[in-house]
Amino acid sequence: MSEALARVPALAAQHLLLALAALLLALALALPLGLLAARRRRLGAAVLGFASLVQTIPSLALLALFYPALLWLSALVGGGIPALGFLPALLALTLYALLPIVRNLVTGLAGIDRALLTAADGIGMTAAQKLRWVEAPLVLPVAMAGVRTAAVWTIGAATLSTTVGQPSLGDLIFAGLQTQAWTLVVAGCVGAAALALAVDSLLGFAERAAGQRQWRRMAAALALLVAAGAAASAPLWRGGGGERAVVVGAKNFSEQYILARLIGARLERAGYSVTYRDGLGSAVAFGAVASGAVDVYVDYAGTLWTGTMTRRDTPPRARLVAELARWTERSRGVTLLGALGFENAYAFAMRGADARARGIASLDDLVAAAPGLRLGADLEFLDRPEWAAIRAAYPLRFAAATPYSPTFMYRALASGRADVISAFSSDGRIAAEHLTVLSDPRGAIPSYDAVLLLAPIRRGDARFRAALAPLVGRIPVAAMRTANYLVDRDADKKSPEEAAAWLADKVGLTE
Amino acid sequence: MPASGPAIAFERVAKVYADGTAAVDDVSLTVAPGSLVALVGASGSGKSTLLKTINRLVVPSAGRVTLDGVDVADGPPPALRRRIGYVFQEVGLFPHLSVAENVGLPLRVAGRRDDDRVAAMLDLVDLPAALATRLPAELSGGQRQRVGVARALVTGPRLLLMDEPFGALDPVTREALMESVARLHRTLALTTVMVTHDMAEALLAADRVLVMERGRVVADETPAALLAGAGGERAAALVAVPRAQAERLATLARRGGA
Repeated sequence: MSEALARVPALAAQHLLLALAALLLALALALPLGLLAARRRRLGAAVLGFASLVQTIPSLALLALFYPALLWLSALVGGGIPALGFLPALLALTLYALLPIVRNLVTGLAGIDRALLTAADGIGMTAAQKLRWVEAPLVLPVAMAGVRTAAVWTIGAATLSTTVGQPSLGDLIFAGLQTQAWTLVVAGCVGAAALALAVDSLLGFAERAAGQRQWRRMAAALALLVAAGAAASAPLWRGGGGERAVVVGAKNFSEQYILARLIGARLERAGYSVTYRDGLGSAVAFGAVASGAVDVYVDYAGTLWTGTMTRRDTPPRARLVAELARWTERSRGVTLLGALGFENAYAFAMRGADARARGIASLDDLVAAAPGLRLGADLEFLDRPEWAAIRAAYPLRFAAATPYSPTFMYRALASGRADVISAFSSDGRIAAEHLTVLSDPRGAIPSYDAVLLLAPIRRGDARFRAALAPLVGRIPVAAMRTANYLVDRDADKKSPEEAAAWLADKVGLTE
Repeated sequence: MPASGPAIAFERVAKVYADGTAAVDDVSLTVAPGSLVALVGASGSGKSTLLKTINRLVVPSAGRVTLDGVDVADGPPPALRRRIGYVFQEVGLFPHLSVAENVGLPLRVAGRRDDDRVAAMLDLVDLPAALATRLPAELSGGQRQRVGVARALVTGPRLLLMDEPFGALDPVTREALMESVARLHRTLALTTVMVTHDMAEALLAADRVLVMERGRVVADETPAALLAGAGGERAAALVAVPRAQAERLATLARRGGA
């Protein structure tokens, strides 16, 4: 836990840098846009309409949409545009910050007393003089209020940039949410709130100083803000010389955090400096490794098979992994180093006693009972091709189907809010909570071998491959389940680092 | 005595707004250099629109306006307006600028700065120097309008346009200001055109009164001629009001004295 908390300053710096950059970019766009919109009513309506529309898109979705948008753009110009990390986060947050700034600018300009504009014209001011001496000072308080709103929103929404692979205080929130480490969630929230308050009060101070025409105090407040941004960006300038740190990616659940630490520890022992990019959305993780934004991560064969390759057949485990390896190599240059030895498949699970009472042991048995049962799924399952494939094989019609984050999905089953869940076969909670996993007699669910995926730039890196090769085939599902449970359980919770150390010890990887 | 202000000529000036209303309808007349002309009429008679064609705050739909024979449409409007003082009812003092900064703004607009000139202008409109650092919100209505006049005259224009300048003020303040303006008009040898709906004000201050109705000039007389009954029906109706008031006051005064 303290290890994770030690990351707060670095994450806060990246968080601040991202938010300030987005705010600056939004300002640069909003000022001319707002002025133009205030002068041309029809254009103004269009601009405000667009900005409002952007606001109605949930910020999480807006961030996610920039991933395919940038991929497409990158393909259009022949590559080179990063679709993950800083750029998509910056663009999404910039769009998000536009509305309050533009709206306040337009409202403020429209609210200027007509008599003052007539007076300005009567004196013989040019348009530029009018803007500088009349409109700008009069609109400043209203416009500044918009900037402050945008600043607070942006800093808040920046926590979501974790999902597109840009480190932020959201890393703590997502990691904490998945592993039920509430201290981390609180640390992330408090950190983001403190940043928002600090930036807001600095801007407020600058605004008051401007209102009293104390330009030095205003400049001092803004300079402080710029200095904070510069300080936050300092690590970026420093690292110029040496070897780039290896980025180990992880999706947003405990097993991924643990495996990332296991991989990271081995790479560190091999002499690499390692950073982690946690909480990657399932859809963006493979793109991250293909683009080199992430050097290595663990994915599941079936996930890529159905999701990325869009295959619908379900060959046996070994053949599926071999075919997948050929495909990732050929199509994206991604090396599939090998399978770790365990599967983390989608597995329908019920409370043990309930399953026995209803006489349900397989998905076939479930079909008849489903209309009286409620399904709890993870956040993406109901939209995944696997679910479509399962329903094609078994005509399952549940009374209700509700998505939960994985932690709460197990809680929902335990509390009776759900009767069946889309569990994960390597999850420690299956055994610990005495759940019954339903069999798949028709073979609708593909195999989900955990596989190590390496970015194209690591293909020829012998030291890198040698450091990770011992992991291949080494981790039995029982060991993985226990490691997961160390992190997921409520009492005597371990951090992913501790669980990774335990796992390494358990499978004999500590030399 | 400085040379007097410019001559103004309106040549078949018309203004039709986008919605079809004709605010000014084919007006032709000349204003002699150094005169103080009052444009009188009811709301919507077109007097304010006609005034604004002089400094191009309104662009005529037809005809042209010249100052000393030069079309006001020649050259950019800001350059024109910097040579013309403009005072209007809402004053339009900039709330974020002090009195001195408001008065000095036309100089800044022209790229100049002259603190002595600003102080002299405040003195000219009878404002105490102590007000120079105040913000407009801290002034009375009359003081604000005096600042407006000072601002209009700070660059030394030869032509002063006033659009219902003192309409929102109490009668005592209004009387005092009108007197100040008439005095400035004489001492600075300006050409002044003033819009008002108050015939008494026009009769007392102007040396020529133009009565407007529905966009046309329906009477063009000296105050003395108007009082003697010239100018036709509309002018007579407007003159009748202050005349009747004056007579009633005189009667009251006689009774009180008896």
